[in-house]
Amino acid sequence: MKKSVFLGTLAATALLAGFASAATLDDVKARGELVCGVNTGLVGFAAPDANGNWQGFDVAVCKAVAAAVLGDASKVKYVPTTGETRFTALASGEIDLLARNTTWTFSRDADLKFTFVGVNYYDGQGFMVRKDLGVSSAKELDGATVCIQTGTTTELNLADFFKVNNMTYQPVPINTNAEGEQQYLAGACDAYTTDASGLAATRAIFADPENHIILPEIISKEPLGPLVRHGDDQWADIARWTLNALIAAEEYGVTSANVEELAKGTNNPEINRMLGTEGDLGAMIGLDKDWAKRAIAASGNYGEIFAASIGESTPIGLARGLNAQWTQGGLLYTPPFR
Amino acid sequence: MSDLHAHSARYVRDSMLPPEAPPALESGAIKWLRENLFSGLLNSILTVLGLLTIAYLLKLALPWFLHGVWNANSLGECRQVIAANWGEGAHGACWAMIRERWNQFLFGFYPSSEYWRPILALLLLFLALAPVLFDEMSKKLMGAVAVVGVLVLWLSAYNGQWLPVGILVIIAGVTAFVGSRGRHWPQNLMWFSLVFPALAFWLLWGGTIWLPVMVMAGFIVGGIALRIATPMIGLMPALAFAVLAAFFWWYFAAGPATDALAAMSGRNQPFWLRRVNSDEFGGFVLAFTIGLSGIAISLPMGIVLALGRQSDMLLVKALCVGFIEFIRGVPLITLLFTASLLLNYFLPPGTNFDIILRVIIMVTLFSAAYIAEVIRGGLAALPRGQYEAADALGLDYWKAQRLIVMPQALKISIPGIVSSFIGLFKDTTLVVFVALLDPLKGITDAVRASIQWKGIYWEPYIFVGAIFFIICFSMSRYSMFLENKLKREHR
Repeated sequence: MKKSVFLGTLAATALLAGFASAATLDDVKARGELVCGVNTGLVGFAAPDANGNWQGFDVAVCKAVAAAVLGDASKVKYVPTTGETRFTALASGEIDLLARNTTWTFSRDADLKFTFVGVNYYDGQGFMVRKDLGVSSAKELDGATVCIQTGTTTELNLADFFKVNNMTYQPVPINTNAEGEQQYLAGACDAYTTDASGLAATRAIFADPENHIILPEIISKEPLGPLVRHGDDQWADIARWTLNALIAAEEYGVTSANVEELAKGTNNPEINRMLGTEGDLGAMIGLDKDWAKRAIAASGNYGEIFAASIGESTPIGLARGLNAQWTQGGLLYTPPFR
Repeated sequence: MSDLHAHSARYVRDSMLPPEAPPALESGAIKWLRENLFSGLLNSILTVLGLLTIAYLLKLALPWFLHGVWNANSLGECRQVIAANWGEGAHGACWAMIRERWNQFLFGFYPSSEYWRPILALLLLFLALAPVLFDEMSKKLMGAVAVVGVLVLWLSAYNGQWLPVGILVIIAGVTAFVGSRGRHWPQNLMWFSLVFPALAFWLLWGGTIWLPVMVMAGFIVGGIALRIATPMIGLMPALAFAVLAAFFWWYFAAGPATDALAAMSGRNQPFWLRRVNSDEFGGFVLAFTIGLSGIAISLPMGIVLALGRQSDMLLVKALCVGFIEFIRGVPLITLLFTASLLLNYFLPPGTNFDIILRVIIMVTLFSAAYIAEVIRGGLAALPRGQYEAADALGLDYWKAQRLIVMPQALKISIPGIVSSFIGLFKDTTLVVFVALLDPLKGITDAVRASIQWKGIYWEPYIFVGAIFFIICFSMSRYSMFLENKLKREHR
C-alpha cells in the first residue's frame, strides 16, 4: 500500500510481464479481507446505515463467506458497484465475490465467463400501476407508458412480454430506482416495472400505498445470486457451499442461537457433517472444520437473514413465496452435505 | 450705471431657491420601474408575464419549503408531522434526512472519531491559500486568519486533540521566523503553502508522518542537486540531473528511510495517525480532495502544456498537441472507467493502486488539457510586440516567459481558467460511476437505500446543490476580484 501510493505506476510498468493469477482463496487469506461487490444501495439488499455499516440480504452473503474463510464476518471490504461496473469489477479482479442481486442468465454465465454459485433470491419482474387506472392485469396494458430501468434484464423482458402478447408500449427510460419512483409518482408513466421485490419496497414507502396496486403477472424469471470468476473452482465451491450451508441450516433448524450447541454433536449426521463434528468436509474446500458454523453464526441461517432484512416483519414485507424451503412449497433445495 | 441698475431691478435675489423634488413619475422607485420594467408595451407585457411565472413557481414551491420538517426519524414520520401541522394532503420537505445523515454527506464513511482531521485540513487549507490568493496585507485577511486560528483551537479543545494546536504553533513559529528575515504578511506563509499538500495527505489518510516527510525531502534533494549542479554544467542539464536525483531518492532511499523512521517513532501521535482507507472517503471530503488536488496540479501542468504547444521544438510540440487533443477528445467518464477498471487488467495481480489517486491523476490530466488551451488563448492574445520587447531586453526564454509573457497571458485567461476550475470541481461528482461515494449521487443513493429514507428525492439534491453553489460562486467572485485588481491598463 505504502509503496503503491508513490510507486504504483512504476511498479505497473516494471511488473507488467505478469504473474499467473494466484488462487483467490490464498489472495483473500493473505489480504485478511474479503472484497465483496455489492449494490450501491438497494433497500433491504444492501445499504449502509448512519454509521456506515453495510446491511442487507446480499451483504449477509458476503459476511457469511468472510466468516467461513477468515473467521471474522466483519473482515469484508464492500465495494459498491453499479449495473455498469459490476461485471468489469469482478472480471478484473477488483472484487473477489459479487453479491449484488444479479440475475443468472446463460450469457452472463457462459459469455462473460462467470460462475453463479447459486440463487439466494428468486425474483420476477412485475408491474405497479395506480388503482384509478382501472387495470387489473398486465395484459390490459396495451399502449401504456412504462417506466423502465435501462441496461438491465428487465428492459429486455418488458420488450419480450409486450411482443408475445401483441401489445405496444411507450418506454420511459430511467436510471435509478429513485428516479423511477419520482417519474411514476409525477405521472410520467402509467406503469412502473422492476423486480417484484423492488416494487414491494417502493410501494411500501409511498404516502398512499393503498392507491397503487402490483399486478398479479410475474413476467420473467429473475434468479438472483452471488457469482465469482470462471477458472477458480475451489473459490466457487467455497462460495457455493457457504450459501448452501445457510439454506440447509434453515432446513435442519440450525440457527445463530443454537449453532454453538448443535456443533457439539447431534443425532443428525447431516448436521454433524455440516458443522464439522463428523467427517472433514471443510478440508475438501480448503477450509477448516468449523467453516459452516461460523458462516451460520455470522448473521443467522437463510430464514433468519430473510426475516431480518426483507421479510414480513420489516417495512418491505416480502412473503417467502418461491423463496421458501422445498419442504414448504418453495424452491430452496440444497444438495446433501455428504 | 449702478444707480440705473438699482432702479430697474427692484428685487435682487440673494439666496438660492431650495431645489424642488423631481416630479413623482421621474424619481425613486416609480422612475426605476418605468425605465426598467414598463418602458414600452412589449416590456410591460413581459414584466407581467415574468411576475406571474415567479408567483406561480413560488406558489408551487414555497409551501413545500415552509412545511419542511427537521426533526423526524424516517420519511413516514416526516409525513405524519406535516399532516398533523398543515392538514392532510399538504406537501413538505423532509430535511430530517439531511439532519440525520449530514455526517455522511460531508465525510462519507470516514471514521467518526477522526472527523477532526479533514476539518483541520480544510482550516489549514485557508492558511495555505492566503499567500497564494492575496499578495497584499489587509485587515480582512488578518481577521480571516485569526478566525481560522480560533477555529483550530476550538477543534483542538472539542476533540481533546492537541495535534491541531501543535501544528498551529509550528506554523506560527516558522512564519514569524520567515517574517523576521524580511518577508512580510502574508508572503511569509508561502512556505506553508508548499508543505500543505504533504500535511493534508497525512491528515486525510493517516499512517506514519515520515512518508509525506520523505516525499517532501525528495523535492529538497532535487533543489540541492539543482543548486550544486547549475554552476558546473548549466541550467538545463542541471535540471535533468536534479529530477534524476529526486527520482532516485524516491525510488531507493525514501521507502527504507520511511520504514526505519516509522519503526523508531512507533505508532504514537504525533508521528502516527490512524490509517483511513480510500474507500472510507466520501461526500464532500472526497469532492474536495479530488477537486482541490486536481486544481492545484492542473494549473502548472496546463501552463507547461500551453508553452509546449507553442514551442519550436518539433518533438515537444507534437507530444503536447497529441496529449491535449487526445484528452480533450475523450469524455471524462471514459478516463475514469479506464482508471478504475481497465487499469486492473494491466497491473500485476495484488497491486493495490489507490483508487482515489488514480481518479485524481485522470481528473488532473483532463483538466490540464483544457487549462492548456485556455492559456494558449491568453498567449495568442498578447501583441507580438511584447515578445519582441522581451527579446530586445536580452531576456532568455524562461525569463521572458516569467517576467513578461505569462503575467499578461494569465491575466487575460483568468475568467477561462476559473471556469475550468469550477467545471472541474463540479465534475468530481462523476466519480460515482467508478463507485466512489460522491455527495450528489453516491451518498444520496446509499442513504436512500435505507428503508427510513427511501422515497426522498429533492431534499438531498437541493442540499448538495446549495453547497456546490456556495463554493463555485465564491470561486467566481474571487476571479472577479482578481480581474479588477489586475486591471492596470484601463485605469
